[in-house]
Amino acid sequence: MAEVLVLVDHSNGTVRKTTSELLTLARRLGEPSAVFVGEAGEYAAAAEALGRYGAQKVYRVESPDVTGHLVAPQAEVLAQLVEKASPAAVLVPSSTAGKEIAARLAIKTGSGLVTDAVDVQAGEGGGVSTTQSVFAGSYTVTATVTHGTPIVTVKPNSVTPEEAPGAAADEVVDVTISEAAKGARITESKPKEASGRPELTEAAIVVSGGRGTAGDFSPVEAFADSLGAAVGASRAAVDAGWYPHTSQVGQTGKQVSPQLYVACGISGAIQHRAGMQTSKTIVAVNKDEEAPIFELVDFGVVGDLFTVLPQATEAVNAAKG
Amino acid sequence: MNIVVCVKHVPDAQSDRTFNESDSTTDREGVDGLLSELDEYAVEAALKLVEEGEGEVTVLTIGPAQAADAVKKALQMGADKGVHVSDEAIHGSDAVATSLVLAEAIRKIGSPDLVLTGMASTDGTMGVVPAMLAERLGVPQVTYASELTVSDGTATIRRDGDTASETIVATLPALVSVTDQINEPRYPSFKGIMAAKKKPVETWSLADLGVDASQVGLDAAWTKVESFTKRPPRQQGQIVTDEGDGGTRLAEFLSAQKFI
Repeated sequence: MAEVLVLVDHSNGTVRKTTSELLTLARRLGEPSAVFVGEAGEYAAAAEALGRYGAQKVYRVESPDVTGHLVAPQAEVLAQLVEKASPAAVLVPSSTAGKEIAARLAIKTGSGLVTDAVDVQAGEGGGVSTTQSVFAGSYTVTATVTHGTPIVTVKPNSVTPEEAPGAAADEVVDVTISEAAKGARITESKPKEASGRPELTEAAIVVSGGRGTAGDFSPVEAFADSLGAAVGASRAAVDAGWYPHTSQVGQTGKQVSPQLYVACGISGAIQHRAGMQTSKTIVAVNKDEEAPIFELVDFGVVGDLFTVLPQATEAVNAAKG
Repeated sequence: MNIVVCVKHVPDAQSDRTFNESDSTTDREGVDGLLSELDEYAVEAALKLVEEGEGEVTVLTIGPAQAADAVKKALQMGADKGVHVSDEAIHGSDAVATSLVLAEAIRKIGSPDLVLTGMASTDGTMGVVPAMLAERLGVPQVTYASELTVSDGTATIRRDGDTASETIVATLPALVSVTDQINEPRYPSFKGIMAAKKKPVETWSLADLGVDASQVGLDAAWTKVESFTKRPPRQQGQIVTDEGDGGTRLAEFLSAQKFI
């Protein structure tokens, strides 16, 4: 069976959930081979998780030429591995960097690229069939790659990770990185203060606040914490300086697709919908019964979030015991 | 410093966007279009850089006749000249072909110091054209810049990531895509609108760029749309009005759905 390359997404060796999702999807297409790019010493923490979700092989790339620069070197690494392994497909997480790596890889290898897939299946007669959600979630599109090695970036939460032990036989790969690929250097990186909440794009539940919070996100955060949810914000709230841009849900922010999305004090403009419309279950709390967000919801409360959310928080905490 | 800004004319997101039944491409004829709002930030960033120093801003677009409106808007904002690549063979081109045409057009304009783009288009939203274009031009790319300064042959960019705020230094020439956080795009002034009428806009065909028609368009795409289905509109669920028990009822709903 052909190999399927999966670019591993990790933080200091701790493998993110998207990687186990990609490995799960890769097994539908062939034998998963993980590609681990990281500092020497980080791999130890990752090995077990990669094997648990079915990686048969792991290509380890530990060159500082790769880790200290933006995406171009990683695209060169993958291009060299595509040449070496002739994989059935390359799966990359649909993060900012992931999409750019995939884009450069597509040009380097003369391959078709599908971004933001929400499903990946083995196509009829080999090949790969992808499913995407477009135009703010109003259309579902299936596509196939007709040229080169299918390169697919996959959105988080597209599949439930399933364990299936693999050998995870690791092989350190020597790569040569061109000078041109090293033209963009990260000179400083200030880590953000960790909120202790799950990451927005990966979270199973997202609670977002908008203009209706009037700048006070405390009821939104308390409700999110009762559900173990990530906190998001509408563009109005971000533009007003109430919440950081990295938490923005919508067209110019993050696109999320959690099991449950709770919109609090958000009217639901098309730009916001573009970022959350594919959520499985949608709930809204808004004072304005005419707010367009209510057209989308499975459950809506017309009311003041400052009274509704604390009451709901209390009820959730009580239910958890 | 010479800057090329790539812009796109897109279907208005407020309108009903759809596909052409015949060939599964985005319908660009039957809907109102405009300069992609995310590209206005790139135009503004270019104008600021040139105003601080010297040089010229060329705005570049690809698309059917009405795409000229996107160029016009950028010229009204203050760009110096426009290039519109228009060729029927381009219809249906994917990001791969789009990046090829952009790359050849940029070479013809004359190697700029900086290529600026918006963070993504508001229709295709793949956000991959900048990376593909940089790959083709053989230049470094820094995307999602929320701050941009240029000096001594380097561009310094700040980018707000999920886990860190990064400073990135790229050697020029480079390609930079900017977010909607970088600036507040200006509105064209009356003077700007009048001046734009006199600014040069060149229209190029594929032949002008030395690109073979077989390299672009729907048939040259490396991916193929097999089907598109309109999602059934979400059925509106239950809406309750808070009468002192709204929070409790919300929690009951979440409990019934097994979220608690």
